[in-house]
Amino acid sequence: MESILKTQNLTITFGGHIVLKEINVSIQRNRFTSIIGPNGAGKTTFFNLLSGQLKPTQGRIFFRDQDVTQLSPDARTRLGIGRSFQITDVFPHLTVLENVRLAVQARAGIHFHVFYPKQKMKELEDKAMEWLKKALLEHKKNELATYLTHGEKRKLEIAMLLALETELLLLDEPTAGMSLEEVPMILELIQSLKDEQNRTILLIEHKMDMIRNLSDQVLVLYQSELLAQGTPEEIMQNELVQSAYLGGDFLAP
Amino acid sequence: MKWEKKWIFGAMIALFLFVLPWIYDSRSTLILITQIFIFAVFAMSYDLLLGYTGIISFGHAMFFGIGAYSTGIGLMRNGETWTALLYALGITVILCLLLSHVVGMLSLRLKSHYYAMLTLAFTGLLQVGAEKWRSLTKGNDGFTFHIPEFLMDRKIFYLFSLLFMIIIFLFLYQLISSPFGKVLQAIRENERRALSLGYQVVHYKVWANVIAGVIAGLSGMVYALSLRFINTSVFAVDITLDVLLMTIIGGVGTLLGPIIGAALIETAHEMLTELADVHWLFERWIILFGLIYILVVLFFPKGIVGTWNEWMKKERWKKWNRLGL
Ligand SMILES: Nc1ncnc2c1ncn2[C@@H]1O[C@H](COP(=O)(O)OP(=O)(O)O)[C@@H](O)[C@H]1O
Ligand SMILES: [Mg+2]
Repeated sequence: MESILKTQNLTITFGGHIVLKEINVSIQRNRFTSIIGPNGAGKTTFFNLLSGQLKPTQGRIFFRDQDVTQLSPDARTRLGIGRSFQITDVFPHLTVLENVRLAVQARAGIHFHVFYPKQKMKELEDKAMEWLKKALLEHKKNELATYLTHGEKRKLEIAMLLALETELLLLDEPTAGMSLEEVPMILELIQSLKDEQNRTILLIEHKMDMIRNLSDQVLVLYQSELLAQGTPEEIMQNELVQSAYLGGDFLAP
Repeated sequence: MKWEKKWIFGAMIALFLFVLPWIYDSRSTLILITQIFIFAVFAMSYDLLLGYTGIISFGHAMFFGIGAYSTGIGLMRNGETWTALLYALGITVILCLLLSHVVGMLSLRLKSHYYAMLTLAFTGLLQVGAEKWRSLTKGNDGFTFHIPEFLMDRKIFYLFSLLFMIIIFLFLYQLISSPFGKVLQAIRENERRALSLGYQVVHYKVWANVIAGVIAGLSGMVYALSLRFINTSVFAVDITLDVLLMTIIGGVGTLLGPIIGAALIETAHEMLTELADVHWLFERWIILFGLIYILVVLFFPKGIVGTWNEWMKKERWKKWNRLGL
């Protein structure tokens, strides 16, 4: 199996405090990998390193065998690393459609066009509408993003990520803070992404049943280190993981 | 349709402004409105930075001043010909391009408040330069110069300025609704997210600076033409503060806002100058500026146009609610 993403001794410290310590992982193309671990384990930080928001203190990151460790976030997105944020991060005073269109536009490589034909603009919009439909948000297209409910903002976040059509998707707790009714819909969406089998997905989640159903591989981060990795079953059985979570209540479904 | 109505309304106002000199032939009013057109352009260019891209500059006058000085010096040295004016245009565009590019590059390396300070320093430097380089600028006292005959006519010049404003307005309108313009707004809204979508934020900011700088330079040119006189005050902080206030009062992040703001501030200036005989306070524009600024920021943070838009939206909501939608 071909690996698309690799980290080598990836380490980051904040003022002497080690947040991630020598993480070595290899992510297979078109596989679904989940990352679990208690709050503060460094999961979001790991994503920040992969997407370039943070630079590691030590270690390297390879994407498709290219060393991307020193690349800026925008350059990594253009290479094919797309991410969504745990804390909703959209363009609040633009409409929902404009938010997604910006992602479509970035993907299409349309940058410094001032006199862009109306017809082509319409095509971008149509494309954006497709993604909005996929995220079940098309009825809100003309709403300013700031007026969306929390759950809707999460959907918008995902629509924007999808619109980038990157080969690698980093999803940071996409269901965090969502109401219970909204979760299944996001799950379905993620499942459908998986079923298309043309994307490599990394998911940070707490909901164990979700992880079990979706994941090909699970990584466990615990106290700054990679505690274990394996199939969901292997992880459930892993004694280290069990004891780390004090009798396994973390892993309860 | 709403969209069409907006344009018909705009066209009617433009038409009215075009025929105004023949309806109401007051020299002083004509001059005032001409000033409004010029500052409206300057303020719109400022709003491209402040309102659309989220860049705070305290030195936008530097481009205005460059345009004004290029025009003054060019026409004085080469005679009041169209060729000389064209030459001044070339110089303005080139200088503004270069300077805005340099300043823009710095804006990416610096945090926003440092950047604001830096632009202030740059403009101060230019002002001192204009003071000291007497052989070229005649220093603080400045100098008068002649302009091409055709533009001497106040009505013609009024129409020329109006046309100038309309063209810049339409250009900027096209710009802000274009893919490029949307990215600028995305940067204003959330720079980190714009980066993570893959946009090279740095380049966008430089381009916003360049476009705003060149347009400000053009408005400075027309300003100099309207006065036929120039001195170092074109680089003064007051000019930037005026344009800041115009933008904020009118409504940041709109194009109509700066136009309305320019009309209000220029008219206020005019009235206050007349009132200066009544009380000295009216001469202290900067004090009043501070007061108005505080009041607007406290009570009207969105400015006139922004508040209006919001109010309209609420009204629409109410209507929908009534319909049970
Ligand atoms: N920019 C930062 N500066 C200092 N400490 C940070 C920073 N980002 C994260 N941390 C610390 O790193 C640890 C891991 O955080 P995070 O990656 O957000 O955890 P998780 O997503 O697993 O809950 C926390 O202790 C947090 O305080
Ligand atoms: Mg986190």
